Amino acid sequence: MSLDVTLQTDPGILSSDPVEEARRQIEICNACRYCEGFCSVFPAITRDKVFADGDITQLANLCHNCRGCYYACQYTAPHEFDLNLPRALAAARADSWERFAWPDGLARTFQTRGKALAAALVLGTALMFAAIAALPGGGTGFYAWLGHGALVAIFLPAFVLPLAVICVGLRRYWTEVGGLRVNWADLKCAAVSAGRLKNLSGGQGQGCNFEKEERFSDARRHMHQAVMYGFLLCFAATASGTVLHYVFDMQAPYGFWSAPKLLGVPGGILLSIGSAGMLMLRRKADPELGTPGRGSGERGFIWLLGFAGLSGLLLYAAQDSWLTGPLLALHLGGVLALFLLTPYSKMAHGFYRFAALVRDAQDQRTRGHV
Amino acid sequence: MTLMDPGQLSAGVWDVVIAGGGNAALCAAIEAAETGAKVLILEGAPKVYRGGNSRHTRNFRCMHHGALGPLVDTYDEEEFWQDLLRVTKGETDETLARHAIRTSEQCLPWMQSHGVRFQPSLAGTLSLDRTNAFFLGGGKALVNAYYLTAEDLGVTVAYDAQVRHVAIADRRATHLDVELGGEIHTVRGRAFVLASGGFQSDLDWLARAWGPSARNFLIRGTPYNRGVVLRDMVDQGAMTVGDPTQCHAVAIDGRAPKFDGGIVTRLDCVPFSIVVNKHSQRFYDEGEDVWPKRYAIWGRLVAAQPDQVAYSIIDNRAIDLFMPSVYPPISADTIEGLAQKLGLSETALAGTVRAFNAACRPGNFHPQQLDGVATDGLDPPKTNWARPVSEPPFYAYSLRPGVTFTYLGLKVDKSARATGPDGPYDNIWSAGEMMAGSILGQGYLAGFGMTIGTVFGRIAGQEAAAHVA
Ligand SMILES: Cc1cc2nc3c(=O)[nH]c(=O)nc-3n(C[C@H](O)[C@H](O)[C@H](O)COP(=O)(O)OP(=O)(O)OC[C@H]3O[C@@H](n4cnc5c(N)ncnc54)[C@H](O)[C@@H]3O)c2cc1C
Ligand code: SF4
Ligand code: SF4
Repeated sequence: MSLDVTLQTDPGILSSDPVEEARRQIEICNACRYCEGFCSVFPAITRDKVFADGDITQLANLCHNCRGCYYACQYTAPHEFDLNLPRALAAARADSWERFAWPDGLARTFQTRGKALAAALVLGTALMFAAIAALPGGGTGFYAWLGHGALVAIFLPAFVLPLAVICVGLRRYWTEVGGLRVNWADLKCAAVSAGRLKNLSGGQGQGCNFEKEERFSDARRHMHQAVMYGFLLCFAATASGTVLHYVFDMQAPYGFWSAPKLLGVPGGILLSIGSAGMLMLRRKADPELGTPGRGSGERGFIWLLGFAGLSGLLLYAAQDSWLTGPLLALHLGGVLALFLLTPYSKMAHGFYRFAALVRDAQDQRTRGHV
Repeated sequence: MTLMDPGQLSAGVWDVVIAGGGNAALCAAIEAAETGAKVLILEGAPKVYRGGNSRHTRNFRCMHHGALGPLVDTYDEEEFWQDLLRVTKGETDETLARHAIRTSEQCLPWMQSHGVRFQPSLAGTLSLDRTNAFFLGGGKALVNAYYLTAEDLGVTVAYDAQVRHVAIADRRATHLDVELGGEIHTVRGRAFVLASGGFQSDLDWLARAWGPSARNFLIRGTPYNRGVVLRDMVDQGAMTVGDPTQCHAVAIDGRAPKFDGGIVTRLDCVPFSIVVNKHSQRFYDEGEDVWPKRYAIWGRLVAAQPDQVAYSIIDNRAIDLFMPSVYPPISADTIEGLAQKLGLSETALAGTVRAFNAACRPGNFHPQQLDGVATDGLDPPKTNWARPVSEPPFYAYSLRPGVTFTYLGLKVDKSARATGPDGPYDNIWSAGEMMAGSILGQGYLAGFGMTIGTVFGRIAGQEAAAHVA
């Protein structure tokens, strides 16, 4: 049997190329394996002896930046091997999202610059103000400000087009990592991992090392859960509204005991608290272990999420006051920016992470442990 | 807490002062602090390199009856003892050894309750899942957990604090001279635990003990274990055990860093290769036994070769039979080309390979077991896995001796108390590598270093605390 050892790197030669550098560090980890129990990345590493570019992309997207392996590593700087696997994988990961997003260059802009996200928010909001001014509706509640038809005309494409771009990206991802046909078992396995954020559990439920250095904590896992479930609840609220509208012919505004509100209010609260929490945790965490050069874009993205959640809550609280109009413009502007930027902002990570978990489930199923 | 003001070191009298900051030192500190004693850890390394060789470890060997933590089945005292007897060839103190073995069983739960987490046996180490408990994240994670526990118990830790001298009068230590920030501080205490490891990182000492060739050895662990405290104690007449000239060395990749290369520099290719010295000559049976049973002798074998270097050479058929080294192999399409890249004589290497290939006999090659595929009429023979090195590309890895630890240590009794020229010291205990020579006089049993450190570190801490209570 032959093995392509030309892929192997020299452990002492650091590289500025994200994929090459991640490969160097992964090879060191594979010779060590001490961190095997922290997350899914290490068992996946041990299934190979050498690593092609696609393997690096897959491993990078499996990593959840829990940082356990950094604080446990005997080879971190000033050691000449200069291990910082959370950062190396984060760099390769961000690089992969930027490569996969179509058209070229857009993702890089929004991943690296929080200001670009802010500009998108301002633009989105301005557009909504203009729409409200130009297209007042005839209904009650916020339809009085912006008609249902206008809303659909703006948000249907704003939802579908980015999803199409994400699909293109996911296809590219799947090809690069050599994914197989997806089956239900793999999807289920990935959903369970994602739903519990298993890879932030430290392997034994002790949590991660995000904000307290070598001490473990579940704060990030919990805040991330709040954001993720908050977002999903908000999304479900909107979807339920659509169903009520089209299937049951029930028009907004809905009362508190309706599906859109029962889902949306807790969703908005979770999203707001979670985003604030994530921002606070980031302030305590060591930026040297995060994605190089993407901090601004990542913070901007969390602000945008929190903004969408909070403005939604305020919009509901404002009821039928004069504030409804401006708040509606702000909220819809935020949501519009968030949707449109899905393929180009940190929002994309959810899709790629999930794809990586599916691929890992496949790999475990087909190759198991070696 | 971490000591910020060096002036604090000499401000008062500490209850228990601990020299060293690895596993043994930390176990002692935690035990002593739990009794309420005022404890000071003097770690010679800076914070990023704290934890000595303990930060490079991965597991600890543990007696147990029935499943315990990550361990399966049973590993009883007798089997453990026989394993130890075999590797040390009798160079061990049975009382101390059995004491360490017996106590290991209660250490595992103690470790867990003081922050250490275990994980199932690592990929590729299944053979150890009954005897050795692996640390989640490895030794540095263990060291981190203990520092946090010690911190929570109010232990003071001084980093970059090098102990230079133990002041002893009438079998009693009175204070330590400690170098911190370029100044010598007097650290007074009522009890002292010495846990500052072996002397393998003092290359001059190693060269005096072993011979000048030791300067070419690589040191697998911390550069901070220079035996300063050990030497100081020996100079003051402390009783020692263990062969002062010997060290435990394995064959590692010759390109590894001089210090601190740790686990990743190991090489597993030898059994499937031929190994030559710088004159392109073979010098030992590469296929004598499976690698886990043989890697330790190869350190000495390579140490005995000119310039303390050797080259393991394989062909394309063997490259996927072992875990590749962390360093990429040197490769070439011909043996001559390989010799050129290695700086060896082309004709000599080609001659050695030709002679080896000619001596190979057909047989059923089985990489996972002793297959008896041996050379015929070759000296030295290769008694297993002897398959011609004939299919290009050819690959080579360089080998050098990598020192794990030295055997010389302080003599202690069952209570970890050290002994001076006039009998046991009143208030000096020792633990870990610094006294391990009592039990491991020769050879090595995987995971036993951490067992000795944990068992005797804890005892030393308890005894020191009882002394000041
Ligand atoms: C690569 C490698 C892997 C290993 N793997 C294992 C394994 O898996 N399992 C196992 O059981 N054993 C293993 N060992 C052996 C194990 O490391 C030792 O047996 C064990 O760590 C000894 O613990 P210790 O506390 O006595 O010494 P160390 O952990 O070496 O601690 C010594 C401490 O003393 C400090 N020090 C030294 N001089 C001074 C001074 N003058 N003043 C103040 N402080 C000083 C050092 O900085 C260090 O903190 C391994 C060794 C190596 C090198
Ligand atoms: S991060 Fe460090 S300790 Fe963990 S597996 Fe990699 S090299 Fe080993
Ligand atoms: S940062 Fe966490 S998730 Fe990422 S590789 Fe390290 S241990 Fe795994």
